[in-house]
Amino acid sequence: MSKEIKCVVWDLDNTVWDGVLLESADVTLKPGIAEIVRELDNRGIVQSIASKNNRTDALAKLQEFGLADYFLYPEIHWNAKSTSVENIRKNLNLGIDTFLFIDDQPFELEEVQSVHEQVLCFDAAEYEGLLELPRLNPKLITDDSRRRRLMYLEDMQRNADEESYEGPKEEFLATLDMKFVISEAQEVDLQRAEELTLRTNQLNSTGITYDYDELDALRTDENHQLLVCELTDKYGSYGKIGLALVEIKPDAHHLKLLLMSCRVLSRSVGSVFLTYLMQSAKEAGKKFRADFRQTERNRMMFVTYRFAGFREVSNEAGMTLLEHDLAVISPYPGYIDLHVPATSHN
Amino acid sequence: MTTMEEQIRSFIKSNLVVFAGDAVFTDDDNIFELGYVNSLFAMQMLSYIENEFALTVDNDDLVISNFATVTNIATLIRKIQGSQSA
Repeated sequence: MSKEIKCVVWDLDNTVWDGVLLESADVTLKPGIAEIVRELDNRGIVQSIASKNNRTDALAKLQEFGLADYFLYPEIHWNAKSTSVENIRKNLNLGIDTFLFIDDQPFELEEVQSVHEQVLCFDAAEYEGLLELPRLNPKLITDDSRRRRLMYLEDMQRNADEESYEGPKEEFLATLDMKFVISEAQEVDLQRAEELTLRTNQLNSTGITYDYDELDALRTDENHQLLVCELTDKYGSYGKIGLALVEIKPDAHHLKLLLMSCRVLSRSVGSVFLTYLMQSAKEAGKKFRADFRQTERNRMMFVTYRFAGFREVSNEAGMTLLEHDLAVISPYPGYIDLHVPATSHN
Repeated sequence: MTTMEEQIRSFIKSNLVVFAGDAVFTDDDNIFELGYVNSLFAMQMLSYIENEFALTVDNDDLVISNFATVTNIATLIRKIQGSQSA
């Protein structure tokens, strides 16, 4: 099954606009292009550019058309477009199989395809049908998806500030005023929770996805706890970036699913979430176990569990059961202001 | 020629969470306990050695203590190199 597209990479000359900018500054937007760009943005699909052009001129032209802010990490230079796509992918930290590349030149489409087999390469001649593509119609559009581009822009600012920061990393993190809020999922969170299970591949503990109704049933079930977490800092909100499903058993808290958005990896909040879950189990006098099922892309999650001190108890039919002895739980980092639910299950 | 220990040391130094001048450690000091790196570092070290030395760390070896000292990291790398080339 093909995944939903998360990023559309545009060529410029004869794709976004009619004409070649180097030959004439008098290019015109293709009919309907601005509407398509805005609609994709609205659907939470981020966009970028891979164009062979003079960077300054091309960006100025996009500015003139009022579209410059829609494109993240634009790659405008004379290098191969496959390299551009790879650079964009790295910057956005998205899977290559969620990219669409649109260009009018068969050579460029083939060049990208030859290097990135999993990128959907799309002929610009067909651009009017773009919005109808099933893979460009996400099942869910949430507040977080609508804010996605903004969140990436905030990220770019953070990263720029982080790179220019002279002192040590921990000190920089302390300047961010990070607030991490863990709460029981409310009905309004369910769409986002579903979206997270669908979108999160690298940091998904089981690869299992749940839909709205399943999550709603689990949320209200007394033997389960469904938690979401949100991270904010002085730049803005990262949105709801994590989800945990815990089954409350007589002898143990059993973590059935843990997922975190890759965007917050560098903030170590995954381990903060784990620490909270372990503390809860310990306070309730229970054991703490977690399910892990290996997928092609979630080794990071396994590593997270192992480095947090979990050991393997059993491994049956690809499902690994891990347990933490709760003797030593890593403390919360001092630079994060943590808010947790007032009441918890026992 | 750079030894493996020097290479590891220099990777640690480029990922310190404290001022470089404050981080004085021997090959056997636990850099997590000293507070010189944070929990994320183990993850960074893992992907660094897997790329740099073209190897894969087995699930069983994914234990934080294997990444806690220069000596332990080097021992881990040599062990895997020994078993994967054998």
